[in-house]
Amino acid sequence: MSKVIKIRKGLDIKLAGKAEKVLERLEISSTYAVKPTDFTGLVPKLLIKPEDKVKAGTPLFFDKYKPEILFTSPISGSVKAVNRGERRAILEVVIEADGAQDYEKFEVASQESQSREEVKTILLKSGIWPGIKQRPYAIVANPVDVPKAIFISGLDTSPLAPDLDFSVNGEEGALQKGFDILHKLTDGKVHLTIPADRSATSVFAKIKGVEMHEITGPHPAGNVGIQIHHIEPLNKGEVVWTLDPWTVIFIGRLFLNGVYDASKVISLAGSEVLKPRYYRLISGASISRLIEGRVSDGSNRFISGNVLTGQRVPSHGYLGFYDNQLTVIPEGKHFEFLGWAAPGFNKYSASRTFFSKLLPIKSFRLDTNMNGGERAFVMTGQYEKVFPMDIYPVHLLKAILAEDVEAMENLGIYEVAEEDFALCEFVCTSKIEVQEIVRKGLDLMIKEMN
Amino acid sequence: MFHSSFEAFESFLFVPDKVTNRGAHIRDAIDLKRTMTVVIIALMPALLFGMWNVGYQHSIAFGIKDWTLIQTFVFGFLKVFPIIVVSYVVGLGIEFAFAQIRHHEVNEGFLVTGMLIPLIMPVDVPLWMVGLATAFSVVIGKEVFGGTGMNVFNPALLARAFVFFAYPSKMSGDLVWISGLAGGHGMVDGFSGATPLAIAATGAGETAHNMTVSQLVSHLPSASDMFLGFIPGSIGETSTLAILIGAAILMITGIGSWKIIVSVFAGGFGMALLLNAFGANPYMQIPAYYHLIMGGFAFGAVFMATDPVTGAQTEKGKWIYGFLIGVMAILIRVLNPAYPEGMMLAILLLNTFASLIDHYVVQSNIRRRLRRATNA
Repeated sequence: MSKVIKIRKGLDIKLAGKAEKVLERLEISSTYAVKPTDFTGLVPKLLIKPEDKVKAGTPLFFDKYKPEILFTSPISGSVKAVNRGERRAILEVVIEADGAQDYEKFEVASQESQSREEVKTILLKSGIWPGIKQRPYAIVANPVDVPKAIFISGLDTSPLAPDLDFSVNGEEGALQKGFDILHKLTDGKVHLTIPADRSATSVFAKIKGVEMHEITGPHPAGNVGIQIHHIEPLNKGEVVWTLDPWTVIFIGRLFLNGVYDASKVISLAGSEVLKPRYYRLISGASISRLIEGRVSDGSNRFISGNVLTGQRVPSHGYLGFYDNQLTVIPEGKHFEFLGWAAPGFNKYSASRTFFSKLLPIKSFRLDTNMNGGERAFVMTGQYEKVFPMDIYPVHLLKAILAEDVEAMENLGIYEVAEEDFALCEFVCTSKIEVQEIVRKGLDLMIKEMN
Repeated sequence: MFHSSFEAFESFLFVPDKVTNRGAHIRDAIDLKRTMTVVIIALMPALLFGMWNVGYQHSIAFGIKDWTLIQTFVFGFLKVFPIIVVSYVVGLGIEFAFAQIRHHEVNEGFLVTGMLIPLIMPVDVPLWMVGLATAFSVVIGKEVFGGTGMNVFNPALLARAFVFFAYPSKMSGDLVWISGLAGGHGMVDGFSGATPLAIAATGAGETAHNMTVSQLVSHLPSASDMFLGFIPGSIGETSTLAILIGAAILMITGIGSWKIIVSVFAGGFGMALLLNAFGANPYMQIPAYYHLIMGGFAFGAVFMATDPVTGAQTEKGKWIYGFLIGVMAILIRVLNPAYPEGMMLAILLLNTFASLIDHYVVQSNIRRRLRRATNA
């Protein structure tokens, strides 16, 4: 076994409502959506119109700038609506399920005989491709690249994250197949990182043919970007690809059965969920059936993904393409009289400025209140405590704000994604929108490099 | 139109109902107001002791024997409170005006600055001088650079430096440190009012160079008096003990950088030891730890050097920054007879160099990244 990567900086936010390891059955949802907004920088071009019949794997739209990247329906049925937002930007393509679940058939010959190009073509056609992301920039991988290596994180350390070991249980065959296929896409290694305390028992530990790494420590130890930084940091001009385990499983299923089968196990978690548990559903499902009767009354926020990086969705919204969890927390639209001066026995803070630090509180029910107004950047050393990379986060952010491309490059912009800065945003005393700044920087780099 | 003022008062009374809209959906309970509150709390021991000490020093100088603890404190309170009021009214007034003009929210930074300024003033400083110095430090020290978070120099120290250079007679000598002494009548015969630093720099009545170190030390207050703070000096700086209580609050809460506090003391102690080793005159020979409990050294180390805006921002840089402050403070004190107190100038000097220190720390990170790329 390789040596254990020990992450010391970081923070596990103690949130209430962690999902119990029970897999519940769920009636199949009636509507599904593919949301172009899940994919950074995508300009979608529609291939269907409302009322069209689709199967699971039928293309719905493609990327205007990389037309070979197709986005396909996860379900069979008919196109119900194309919902648009400001300036007619497409927000959702909604599919009404017919309950039959017919699949488009993809020609998958035996794996040994398939070339890299053939594998890519099938991945692109099936609509699984967008599940592969690249670093730098944390965007959908460019099909013309051959990555230096491929990285998969076998653990999710974000707040209330699903236990991947539990949720992928039973998918070993597809998982192994998926990893075998990934080898076709790179000349380098396929890296898989697993939690060190489960190095023997983890489902992922049994995967063969990959470069295995172990990691311990608080969030963001599970972020693939942090793992890349500690395994083989990315330099200028290099490209690596990253996938989440479910995408690997989808790839495995595709090459085993010739279909795009996007069913997965997600967790429903958060303090407002009555019984936080795991559910099997198909990617892009409407959350209305999932939350029905399972969340508390009152003003709640539904988040597709985790509380740090997830997207806010309405109660009739849809799970995001990359998300394996739905989090429900209370909205925090309330005033608190002299709240900044109170001793704070029930407040959660990474700092030691509230008396709750002295109490043995196991979990907190945090709401969406900002807990203060946005201010000038004053406190130092805060971001560094939750940012386990050999990068100076504040200096990088300042370089981004100054749009100094050379400085951004020097300070490590290629290695980071928004999610790596999510904890910085959480702890920030001045309430600065750090993730948005990072995305701006990445977008600027994409523009400069093309 | 008065949005920023409204926001300031509203958010003073209530934590606002603003919810997350972009990015992380939950946020840490801490905000800038909380942070500044912690610093104010940390300043309380020094402030309360300082008020008492103003009365105590006055009672010694004028031979008053029958004051109770309360009377002593009330005397000091009545002397110090007006200075605090002037500092806050002038400073916050300017901050609100600038926030209004620039249409941004009022930053809480001045809550601390406004408390620091009185604490580093001699008790008999005229109030108009405090007002002028505060205005100078907020306008020239802070707002011209773009406001809170952008300033190069510690605003409170700038206020003191302004008074020090503009009105030296009110900020130095033996008569300004104890309330009522400048009036010059009624005090105990032979009472000098000199601070330990002044005694150490010039000796008592004769030049220090003609004395042995033990003679010099015998003229100084005892080490325990200096540590506990029963000595003349700026209002908040005298009691090292009260300051250390504040330091503990800052370090435990993590609001003040323990790295800076520790390294300032280390730098000062190290430099004093080095001067002991040369020992060319009695001042160079006094016990090294005396330097840490005399004058404004401790106060500067704990409350001034730790200002996150004007100090080094990288963790490695903080060690270097703090250490050099300690070294420079002792160097200026001992080797430059014109300025008995070196702490103010040392911190202002290192404020200038803080971003240079950070620059080299960050450059080494950049070089590491480039080396990695070329080796790959």
